[in-house]
Amino acid sequence: MDATPTLQVTDLHKRYGDHEVLKGVSLAARPGDVITLIGSSGSGKSTLLRCLNLLEQPHEGCLALDGEDLALQRDRDGSLRARDAAQLQRWRSRLGFVFQQFNLWQHMTVLENVIEAPVQVLGIPKPRAIERARALLERVGVGHRAALYPAHLSGGEQQRVAIARALAVDPKVMLFDEPTSALDPELVGEVLKVMRDLAAEGRTMIVVTHEMGFAREVSNHTLFLHQGRVEEEGDPREVLVRPRSARLQQFLSGGLK
Amino acid sequence: MNFDAIAENLPLYLGGALTTLKLLAISLLGGLVVAVPLAVLRNAHSRWLHGPVWAYTYAIRGTPLLVQLFLVYYGLAQFAVVRDSVLWPWLSSAWFCACLAFAINTCAYTTEIIAGALRNTPRGEIEAARALGLSRAQVLRRIVMPSALRRAIPSYGNEAILMLHGTSLASVVTLLDITGVARDVNSRYYIPFEAFITAGLLYLSITLALVGLFHAAERRWLAHLAPRS
Repeated sequence: MDATPTLQVTDLHKRYGDHEVLKGVSLAARPGDVITLIGSSGSGKSTLLRCLNLLEQPHEGCLALDGEDLALQRDRDGSLRARDAAQLQRWRSRLGFVFQQFNLWQHMTVLENVIEAPVQVLGIPKPRAIERARALLERVGVGHRAALYPAHLSGGEQQRVAIARALAVDPKVMLFDEPTSALDPELVGEVLKVMRDLAAEGRTMIVVTHEMGFAREVSNHTLFLHQGRVEEEGDPREVLVRPRSARLQQFLSGGLK
Repeated sequence: MNFDAIAENLPLYLGGALTTLKLLAISLLGGLVVAVPLAVLRNAHSRWLHGPVWAYTYAIRGTPLLVQLFLVYYGLAQFAVVRDSVLWPWLSSAWFCACLAFAINTCAYTTEIIAGALRNTPRGEIEAARALGLSRAQVLRRIVMPSALRRAIPSYGNEAILMLHGTSLASVVTLLDITGVARDVNSRYYIPFEAFITAGLLYLSITLALVGLFHAAERRWLAHLAPRS
């Protein structure tokens, strides 16, 4: 197994005003790792994920992707922003991000959504991007929806399109921010299945989730965040089955939401 | 009723309709082209960028079009600097002044329509674009602007129709648009009802054509917001 982490996060801090939501979180994703972030709402897990591609600007910390550090500089409000816009764009195009609310571009068809970043960011010729996009849409089971607009799809289909869109830039790491939380219960399974398949193919993934079954069965590492700190982490079959900390026990028994 | 006189002067009316359509097309096109960048500035964070645009749209939307037309056509001519400038051949022409005043007017309304649509862009769509590595310029050009312009079509259709009706003021500065022709016919035959009902019917047909045009545009570009057929 490769010793250098694909994505390395060191001592990340994030504040909103006086409220510190991340109080020094570190994590390392090695190739093929599936890391789940769990915790109650407000624990900072989504903020952590959003800091990884600078959708949120952290106040302290280091980020490295494949050994390359993201150059950061202090913004006027005290948070850190990318020093070089071009590096940030390249950085982001190497991380595929899947949102809770899908966030597909409504005015574009499904196919146009998927080819946008490959064509505009990576400069891939359009015919090749289309060919690849069709294959990806097939793979997540929405190939027959390519010509439709997102609003005309079910939530589960939209989320699978969003996954195809994130995969289209062939990212090093896939980031999922509660990908099934906005879905009707009967649609959750189809999205989780796609994510299981990706994990089985060896995709490196970091997943913020409330699906404990997914965390236990699919991920090989789980971080339990509580009040901006990693309260407990390790193999999910260990951590989720025999939690050591009182807070994780409470969370798993449903007492901490 | 004397519609024979109208029938005799029908070519005159059709010429007037052509003038009205030209005035409308030029002012809408000029107004729209300038309104797109102004709408972006209108939403800029910097006070120095959005302030002047805000002042412009409020001044224009807060005053009558006729007053604006008089200021451009009669008002500017009062100043020797203007009369001696290279722009004078244009600024002394009623045609040019009407187009200019109308464009300035519709541009203000259009700026607010587009700026509003830009502000209503779903935040998540912008985030998704940034997350995939699109640059600021690409986010605006590829995601925010196309989405906003589409959503602006219904309001812009209203603005186009209001502007069509506004062009009738061109007759006040001697232009022979539909209203100008109607006034002319009325003064020659003294048949105000026939003269102006004909003008009204012409405006109505153009309005209906515009409504049809904008409905077609909505079907074409707003299909993504329509219920699935």
